Amino acid sequence: MNERIQRLRTLSMDTHPRISVERAVLVTEFYKENEGKHSTPVLRAMNFQHLCRHQSIYIGDDELIVGERGPAPKAVPTYPELTCHSVEDLEILNSREMANYSITPEEIDIYREQIIPYWRGRSMRDRAFEQIGQEWQQLYSAGLFTEFMEQRAPGHTALDGSIYQKGMLDFKLEIAEARVRLDYLSDPEASAKQEELQAMDVACDAIMEFAARHVDLAEQMAASETYSQRKQELQRIAAVCRHVPAHAPRDFWEALQMYWFVHLGTIMELNGWDSMSPGHLDQHLQPFYEQGLAEGTLTREHAKEMLGCFWVKFNNQPAPPKVGVTAKESGTYNDFTNINLGGLKRDGSDGVSEVSYFILEVLDEMHTLQPQANVQISAKTPDRFLKAAARVIRKGYGYPSVFNADQVIMEQVQMGKTVEDAREGGTSGCVETGCFGKEAYLLTGYLNVPKVMELALNNGVDPLTGELIGLQTGDPEEFTDFEQVYQAFEQQLRYVVETKIAVNNYLEFMYGTYMPAPFLSVVISDCIEKGKDYYNQGPRYNTTYIQCCGIGTVTDSLSALKKHVFEDKSVALDELLAALKDNFTGKEPLRQFLLNRTPCFGNDDEYADSLMQRVYASLLQEIDGHHSTKGKTYHLNMLSTTCHVYFGKMLGATPNGRLAGEPESDGTSPSHGADRHGPTAVVKSLAKMDQAKSGGTLLNQRFLPSVLAGETGIERLTQLIRTYFRLGGHHIQFNVVDTATLRDAQANPANYRDLLVRVAGYSDYFINLDRFHQEEVIARTAQTDSMS
Amino acid sequence: MTSGVVFDIKHYAIHDGPGIRTTIFLKGCPLSCWWCHNPEGLGPEPVVIFHAERCIGCGRCLAACPRQLQGLQNPGCRGCGSCAAVCPTEARQLVGRQMTVQEVMTEIRKSQPFYDQSGGGVTVSGGEPLLQAGFLLELLRRCRQEEIHTAVETSGYIGGDALGQVAKFTDLLLYDLKHMDQEQHLYYTGVSNQLIHLNLQMLFVLGVRVQLRMPIIPGVNDSKDNLRQTAEFILSLPGANELEILPYHSAASEKYRKLGLTYSCVDVLPPDSDSMQQIASFLRKYGLSVKVGG
Repeated sequence: MNERIQRLRTLSMDTHPRISVERAVLVTEFYKENEGKHSTPVLRAMNFQHLCRHQSIYIGDDELIVGERGPAPKAVPTYPELTCHSVEDLEILNSREMANYSITPEEIDIYREQIIPYWRGRSMRDRAFEQIGQEWQQLYSAGLFTEFMEQRAPGHTALDGSIYQKGMLDFKLEIAEARVRLDYLSDPEASAKQEELQAMDVACDAIMEFAARHVDLAEQMAASETYSQRKQELQRIAAVCRHVPAHAPRDFWEALQMYWFVHLGTIMELNGWDSMSPGHLDQHLQPFYEQGLAEGTLTREHAKEMLGCFWVKFNNQPAPPKVGVTAKESGTYNDFTNINLGGLKRDGSDGVSEVSYFILEVLDEMHTLQPQANVQISAKTPDRFLKAAARVIRKGYGYPSVFNADQVIMEQVQMGKTVEDAREGGTSGCVETGCFGKEAYLLTGYLNVPKVMELALNNGVDPLTGELIGLQTGDPEEFTDFEQVYQAFEQQLRYVVETKIAVNNYLEFMYGTYMPAPFLSVVISDCIEKGKDYYNQGPRYNTTYIQCCGIGTVTDSLSALKKHVFEDKSVALDELLAALKDNFTGKEPLRQFLLNRTPCFGNDDEYADSLMQRVYASLLQEIDGHHSTKGKTYHLNMLSTTCHVYFGKMLGATPNGRLAGEPESDGTSPSHGADRHGPTAVVKSLAKMDQAKSGGTLLNQRFLPSVLAGETGIERLTQLIRTYFRLGGHHIQFNVVDTATLRDAQANPANYRDLLVRVAGYSDYFINLDRFHQEEVIARTAQTDSMS
Repeated sequence: MTSGVVFDIKHYAIHDGPGIRTTIFLKGCPLSCWWCHNPEGLGPEPVVIFHAERCIGCGRCLAACPRQLQGLQNPGCRGCGSCAAVCPTEARQLVGRQMTVQEVMTEIRKSQPFYDQSGGGVTVSGGEPLLQAGFLLELLRRCRQEEIHTAVETSGYIGGDALGQVAKFTDLLLYDLKHMDQEQHLYYTGVSNQLIHLNLQMLFVLGVRVQLRMPIIPGVNDSKDNLRQTAEFILSLPGANELEILPYHSAASEKYRKLGLTYSCVDVLPPDSDSMQQIASFLRKYGLSVKVGG
């Protein structure tokens, strides 16, 4: 990392996130003046244009890639037309300890006086909640599911290579052609399409105007710059912004700036989930890199410097903060840009290039919160690349995460995409499979599957509140065999899923109708051709995901019920139900028995794993193929992000011995501490899930750096990964733990039964070591960290 | 069906031979090395280990004991495991259980895809696995039938033709040289090294694949004299010139306490990596190829 990048990185790391009301003021002023004068798509495009014309622009010292979403780095705008913060929200954000966003009293006054009075009752969120029924509200409040679309626009979008081949002028030409083709005589939607296409055209102009303002600013700054090198850089910035995004980029620098303008456009237009991702960045940059080297205009070092500048830009954009009760909870600044490296090209050849390797180097050197990256490993991916990734993983950043490219492709083909398009797809957000640049794959919220089981064990009553919120599936004390329990679970599941989907569909309709995204629609394939918006069937492919949490917790709980209550009859059902109600108070031996003597998911144990398969099949049955506003687009996803913690808080004690309020199992990982036979057994258990039918699974594995020590550690890790992928795994990521975690492991050993440490000539479980050796391992670990 | 007493099965073993392996620990050992890190594997019979930190004091173990024993590690314990069977927290565990070859094979097969991917396989360790030679042989034969790579970790202290038989069905023997001096060997391990050395010579004459290893126990076997003799002995074996040295570690001391046993190496400090490198260089001067294990 050179000095420029160090300075930029330091500035980005040290700048505290703050809320900027500039966007809210501009949007409010625009709506007051223009609402009712134009069709909704055109109004949205003009709103975007208003922002592009009037919001403050910023070019910082040292920067080579320019443009910010707000007036300065880490100045985060708000989106009152979607969700309007209250004064209390802003005050909480300003004062809370975790994920704090500062805001000045003057800005709060502006919100109180100008923003809130206009948007209360007009924002998407206010309008949606006005319409949502009691059943949904009850389940939502009880923590049965979350709702993605109430605060942020549907997103999880990544781009394909089209923006490196076409500029906005090319897109405008396509739009013009599509408008010529409109058939007003036989297509009943022709007029709607005309409005949408006009909106896209305005959006193209808007982003070019935004770039032109950067040209002007760079030229002004160059004129007054005395230092000649910086003067030249500013002149070059002006030249680059004059060319992109109007035209397709011609070199490495322009390619990065092109992407960045498009990225900014989408996150200025709306606050879509997971911001935006470049997709297969290494594949997109490779031709520009090779051309630069061949022409002698670029060196490897310069390319890395440009990428460092690019990296900082992502880190400058913290996630837009939430509203409502959640503002009191800790959030994250991470907005989940997830760059894909490796994988396959459209023609099925290996996607790894020299660029893939140096992006890994940049990822390692920068190790910022954003962006993050993953590696897509196919059978064709060279071992050298996987090993290079493993060496970064060993540093303990938790990334890159590792995906099975072949499986990711199979999942997409299974959902009906062509194999070529699928290869251009990948994963974004956390683990979500999608077809980059051609698909709207929307997450609609997490589903608390263990809570569904809790309803089945309480005849539809939420034991935390005593309210009847589910179906009355029978008095649990009357259950005489396991099948009755399972049937009750399935009935509750159907009810909860259907209640959620009905509201999802309403929200999707709201976005499609009232909050189109004309700028985003320009860069997603087929929206122009169809004359339809990204949120309204425009993209070539449309998918709607529900993310199911806690399969480990549910499996182990069902396993405990089946084995101890109905088969061995070693625990009486009424005794167990009473213990759950009392959170195992005075029943520690029973709880320990359940924790230690239940066949659990993650041990390559058929008893537990077959129950996992059954639950997974039920989830597929209830979710997959459901209708959205766009057809049968519902699919299952198996990620939890951090929601397993929130869901755990909303869940009483469970039959696997988990105490009330404790986190559920994360992603598709085993319950914490339940997997006691090492990573090979975990991988085998996970492989029994037919992952090709999901839109993503998530497996967390926790290792100590010493287990990955030396070339042997790297080799074995890559072999473990390759084996998992041969068995059909979608994703695996490694938490190479730090000292803080080890301290916690000492204090709460039961949560860390699966933590492997390298002791000497062999590896052992950390909690099985005595204090002295734990201390010794901690000392060694710190050394490894400081050396790395 | 042949059966044996197994006291542990570890998956994802990455340091006991090539690739990703499953290590099977067989109970019972004729040696009693001061530094042994598997004291639960010493005796041939199952024993009860007690993890005090997991105990919640529910008293079920005391009620379950058929001999009505009191106290945590009672000398009267015969290892029946009644207490472990009722312990809800697994604070009391029975270490060692009778398993058939079939049962062990079922465990071994679970990791087959990992062997395929990594060139790994099975390592049988102990204790001294050759004490259960019949069981071991049957296990190795079954692995060979299923084309699973095998390694056996042995002390070499075994009479008769058992070692020769086992060697025929084993792809790799992991063999320790602990001390060259007979008296010292007897003092620290409880047995003489004569049989161990004779067996090793036989194996090299037969052309068996043997990986030689030496645990470095500071103050016990790291004298220049002993290192020199070790090097010379290895080089006298036909075709031998490699040695892996492994640093002593004291991680097992707690296990001794949990088993009610006394740990003899309390005062020994683990060698640091510098001294391991010095020992490696010293040995290399004699023409040995030396690898430092971890």
